[in-house]
Amino acid sequence: MKPRDRIIWLSPVLSGACFVALWYALRWATGLQSWILPMPGEVLRAAWTEHAILLRAAGHTAVGALGGFLAASLAGFAIALGLGGARWLRTGLYPWLLVLQMTPVIVLAPIIVLWAGPGLPGIITVTFLISFFPIVVNTTQGLLSAEAPVVDLFRMYGATRLQELRMLRLPTAMPFFLAGLRIAATLAPIGAIFGEYLVGNASGGTGGLGFLVYTYNVQIKIPALFATALVSCSLGFIFVAAVSWLNWIVLHSWHDSFERGER
Amino acid sequence: MTDLPPIVQFRDVHKRFGEGPPVIDRFTLAVASGEFVSLIGPSGCGKSTLLRLVSGLSPATAGALLVAGAAPEQAREHLAFVFQEATLLPWLTATGNVELPLRLRGVPAAQRRARAAELLALVRLDHAAELYPRQLSGGMKMRVSIARALSREPRILLLDEPFGALDEITRNHLNEELLDWRGKAPFTALFVTHSVAEAVFLSNRILVLAANPGRIHAEVPVDFPFPREAGLRERSEYFAKVAEVSHEVHAAEEAKRA
Repeated sequence: MKPRDRIIWLSPVLSGACFVALWYALRWATGLQSWILPMPGEVLRAAWTEHAILLRAAGHTAVGALGGFLAASLAGFAIALGLGGARWLRTGLYPWLLVLQMTPVIVLAPIIVLWAGPGLPGIITVTFLISFFPIVVNTTQGLLSAEAPVVDLFRMYGATRLQELRMLRLPTAMPFFLAGLRIAATLAPIGAIFGEYLVGNASGGTGGLGFLVYTYNVQIKIPALFATALVSCSLGFIFVAAVSWLNWIVLHSWHDSFERGER
Repeated sequence: MTDLPPIVQFRDVHKRFGEGPPVIDRFTLAVASGEFVSLIGPSGCGKSTLLRLVSGLSPATAGALLVAGAAPEQAREHLAFVFQEATLLPWLTATGNVELPLRLRGVPAAQRRARAAELLALVRLDHAAELYPRQLSGGMKMRVSIARALSREPRILLLDEPFGALDEITRNHLNEELLDWRGKAPFTALFVTHSVAEAVFLSNRILVLAANPGRIHAEVPVDFPFPREAGLRERSEYFAKVAEVSHEVHAAEEAKRA
């Protein structure tokens, strides 16, 4: 392994070790009780004792997060196509998308329950609302980012609007769309957990991580609460990893963000 | 060739953007088929605007402009454009970029592949056919860009400072090659440049333009016979011609200040 590669692998491990050391130091300095600040060991032990419950809850959350993420990707892309294609749609629609984005989901929760129903449909709706905006903004920006001389060239060479979209604007927008997906991938699990907390329906053992947050809090099982956070993060990482993989598949051969080829 | 009607004809062409001052004023020029005409002059003399008028990307405000006997917008099939930037699509290989104009025209895949391979061989990039633009040097990118323009088999090639961003050695090579390609796939060239040496090496005729508004300051014919070789750059007639044109370029700049 080259020294540079070693640094790239070593640095997150080192920073993680520093973090854990600080954690212990904080306990030692303040003398806080474990039900206020559980130690990493206690969190891991809680994760192990509760692992069956945590994993099943993570599975439920993953379904909600994935559903909301896919809906946000499809709808976000479609909305961006409209916004990128017509100026009057941009000026007419964009302010209202902003309004939707600015409205706290917590305010919408009762309406969501009323319209989409409690449980999975509501959770997917909350996830969608939290994660679609970056996809729309990024993809729209991408569709408008084709360079002027290239657009001129397409016009001069008699390209139809559909050809211009398919052969120029969509490929130009692809890295932007993927960047939007990556942000949405970090938001989707958060959205699902938040959704479970707000509009979830845990009857019949279908409660996800959001439901566990509520339960452990009431039971004052603080190490288990930390373990829930750990599992949520892991879920987020899986989402981000999946999008990064997609990003690599689509862009690695030509995009500047990947290692340059031989000259 | 002077007996044929001109392939590009400006008659009293006038161009302004919006309510701004005229960019080009009473511009008259006839380019014969097969000519290589360079446009040189201070910035703001409307060189690039003239090319955009011919390409039909931008309409003239007044006057008559005929391209291949028609209005510029109707003559697009006869034209190709090369910009200062290679403007390649980064997600397509060299082959994909060269065949793009044919794809837009609906030419079947096998046919355009074959044509792209021919053109890449012409610009000596057959070994780079499957490389992406980021894997190519500046000079190679420009060759792909010119091959892409030639794929349209244009009667008129518009070149807007295509070699301006390249180092001198690469530029000299590409100048020689451009004449070589023109021998194999003849086209009329309108060539915008800032380099007097390049203009002298390439052209039949050099138009020195003055600015504010853009107009023809001087016309310098260049009679060195084709094919021209790199050795031309070392000959005294060449130096004399470069001096002559440089003198006119300076005079045109003085005219601008006055």
